[in-house]
Amino acid sequence: MPKTARRAAVIGGNRIPFARANGAYAQASNRDMLIATLDGLVARFGLAGLRIGEVAGGAVLKHSRDRDLTRESVLGSRLSPTTPAYDVQQACGTGLETAILVANKIALGQIESGIAAGVDTASDAPVAVNDDFRRVLMQLNRARSLGDRLRAVAGIRPGQIVPEIPQNAEPRTGLSMGEHMALTALQWKISREAQDELAVASHHNLAAAYDRGFFDDLVTPYLGLTRDANLRPDSSVEKLAKLKPVFGKGIGDGTGATMTAGNSTPLTDGASAVLLGSDGWAAEHKLPVLAHVVDAETAAVDFVHGSDTHGPDGLLTAPVFAVPRLLERNGLTLQDLDYYEIHEAFASTVLATLAAWEDPAFAKERLGLDAPLGPIDRSKLNVNGSSLATGHPFAATGGRIVASLAKQLHEKGPGSRGLISICAAEGQGVVAILEGA
Amino acid sequence: MSNDTLRDLSQNPLVQRLGVPRIPVLRRHSPGAPLLTGPALVGVIGAGAFAEPVRALLEDAAVEVIASPDAGDEGKVAAVVLDATAARTLDDLAAVQQFLTPAVKRLAPGGRLLVLSPESDPSEGPLAGPSIDTDVEAAAVAQAFDGLIRSAGKEVRAGATANLLVVSPDAAIGSSVRFFLSARSTYVDGQVVHVGPATVEEPADVEHPLAGRVAVVTGAARGIGAAIAATLARDGATVVAVDIPAAGESLARVANQAGGTALQLDITAPDAAQRLIAHVQERHGHVDLVVHNAGITRDKLLANMDADRWNAVMAVNLRSQLTINAALLESDVLSDSGRIVCVASTSGIAGNRGQTNYAASKAGVIGMVRALAPKLAERGATINAIAPGFIETEMTATMPLGTREAGRRINSLRQGGLPVDVAETVGWLGQAASGGVTGQVVRVCGQSLLGA
Repeated sequence: MPKTARRAAVIGGNRIPFARANGAYAQASNRDMLIATLDGLVARFGLAGLRIGEVAGGAVLKHSRDRDLTRESVLGSRLSPTTPAYDVQQACGTGLETAILVANKIALGQIESGIAAGVDTASDAPVAVNDDFRRVLMQLNRARSLGDRLRAVAGIRPGQIVPEIPQNAEPRTGLSMGEHMALTALQWKISREAQDELAVASHHNLAAAYDRGFFDDLVTPYLGLTRDANLRPDSSVEKLAKLKPVFGKGIGDGTGATMTAGNSTPLTDGASAVLLGSDGWAAEHKLPVLAHVVDAETAAVDFVHGSDTHGPDGLLTAPVFAVPRLLERNGLTLQDLDYYEIHEAFASTVLATLAAWEDPAFAKERLGLDAPLGPIDRSKLNVNGSSLATGHPFAATGGRIVASLAKQLHEKGPGSRGLISICAAEGQGVVAILEGA
Repeated sequence: MSNDTLRDLSQNPLVQRLGVPRIPVLRRHSPGAPLLTGPALVGVIGAGAFAEPVRALLEDAAVEVIASPDAGDEGKVAAVVLDATAARTLDDLAAVQQFLTPAVKRLAPGGRLLVLSPESDPSEGPLAGPSIDTDVEAAAVAQAFDGLIRSAGKEVRAGATANLLVVSPDAAIGSSVRFFLSARSTYVDGQVVHVGPATVEEPADVEHPLAGRVAVVTGAARGIGAAIAATLARDGATVVAVDIPAAGESLARVANQAGGTALQLDITAPDAAQRLIAHVQERHGHVDLVVHNAGITRDKLLANMDADRWNAVMAVNLRSQLTINAALLESDVLSDSGRIVCVASTSGIAGNRGQTNYAASKAGVIGMVRALAPKLAERGATINAIAPGFIETEMTATMPLGTREAGRRINSLRQGGLPVDVAETVGWLGQAASGGVTGQVVRVCGQSLLGA
């Protein structure tokens, strides 16, 4: 972002409590959840009937009917129907990427206000007909004569009834995200105990944030749910220690089996939205400015092949590369930041990321730095809980973090800085810096 | 909300032939509707100074004004207004009867009887007691109107109401006269309201008397609070709808329908008053109207009452109001025409079995209103209490049939009120033009036998 551009303001956000898959939102569609979330934002900031510059939103798991999901959701909301919208999809980076896109347009003066949104449901996931059957249907569609039609129909086989279900696995490796992460955890020797401690901290921090009313103006209840369904305020290292590993059981002669349901995020349903604007627009509408978007960076790693000098990178390690580039461009060290929001796809994701930033050899060989970024003050990490406690509706996580961090920075005071780091499938990572206003 | 089957059935002539009395269908305000649907009879006793402004107000509202019960075409009148503020003697009171007797005969269904009477001691303000040199007969006559109007309220039929305005010589009566004559006051019956002086700005647009005003409504997610938010917005106010975070989903719906904003806030939190004030300061700069509507019940006989039930009810119903009002008085966020309206309850006046905690909290609200009125008067602001009687809400819908039927019928209008009836009353007290009404307790109860 050119330094001459104005900075986009984060005005506030809204999300619905996140629900475990097949729980409170089992019957809700992506569109239902996104409309409810937008309407909660409208109510919080008095946007009823207002034309917003644009709404950028998206979902990772989408039905074919969810074409232009965001625009359809705007039309179903109390926003003015003259508010344009478009869909974005970048795996778990979707939510933060929409915020960056909207912030950039505001910075360039193309729009004065915008909403960044994300939604995902694992309960109402798209199930499609399998490819064989689809081919028959397409052939039937193309058939012109009765004979052609009969020939096409004759191609139907019982096996074609088996539907195509979305997989939580990388198309190029066939490994699930958890199995990929287990490889990285083993590489960085992330212990089971450290992962469980991080998970417990996430639950305790989230519960404390709810108790102090931190989410009163960030969350709007939905379908009877008033807090994140995954939250376990009484979580403890002892309790988590009893869980059996679910990932990495076949690697490192058993030492790789450190990841459990307790230190990995569950499949989750939910939605989030962030209201951004220029300072002028915010002032004109008597709305608060919580923080400004300083800068953002996206990185990708080769998790499939690797190179001559090193093997494939960890699937979820792209932020390890993105953050040093972002810090350097802004003349900051990792320790200059007041808060760190590192998305807890798995506890080991956060710990492996921190380990990589502390490793001198990795800094030199892979990041091209003379010295590692160094350790962070762990009391500044995910201070209001993160995905292990809230759950992780893929595209909604970015918006959750942006709004919560902006509020946290606003409480800390002007000039405070926070880092957002979100890993994503397909070996990508989206990171950003916010500054408190 | 109302599912008053008996009232609906009683509209049927066959059912009426069985001897079931017809329960009136009350008229309610809709935007653009005229103030009155027929002519108004306006009388005056002696040198009363208010008949003339009342006539002017009615003529502005395109209402035909008749001066004497014997004048006009002898047809029905939609309202009878008598300025009896000059009445001092029993002879004057006899003249009141002479005017009202033929007048009430002409009162149409859903009509309005509104009498303006003098203060018991005109030399004293509304908040002072009688002085040593009080004219005793005048004081007796002034008080006599109380019994007269409460009885008349029980006599007028078919949804008609009777109310009394006790007015000081320089009272600002416009908004009150308009309210009591209109359909907005449909469930306010047999009430006595004191109206004093005020620096009044009559609304530029009587259809939107709250235009440009910022209103905070607590407990706005449902029931009476939701109706208040909608009604204030309809009358032009910018509404900040407040409720506990857990009620946020319906709160957002209410706020969006009102074109206002939702503030999820537990008003019993230690910093609630500061957060509320900071919010309106930041988003609106000031607040004109604060409606303390949030309330809970935790019923239990006194013999079985526990501290949790007692304290929970007190925290929401009374302590939150005390705390927020104190913070409002300390801050400068309440505008010069600030209005505070506190929802009490007829339970707080009459008492109710199983509700020692609730009734105590609601009676406490009335005490608070009376104590705060003089303090707020110093800055031109007002505070009043509204005591709803039997209002048809989700809560009353779950009552046992017998209790519900009894609650509905033991009032002069023989039916329960609707949330909007409370809301309309809030709208009247919330106007800048209602600055002359303060420290009052207005029942919205259809003149219930309870707490009358």
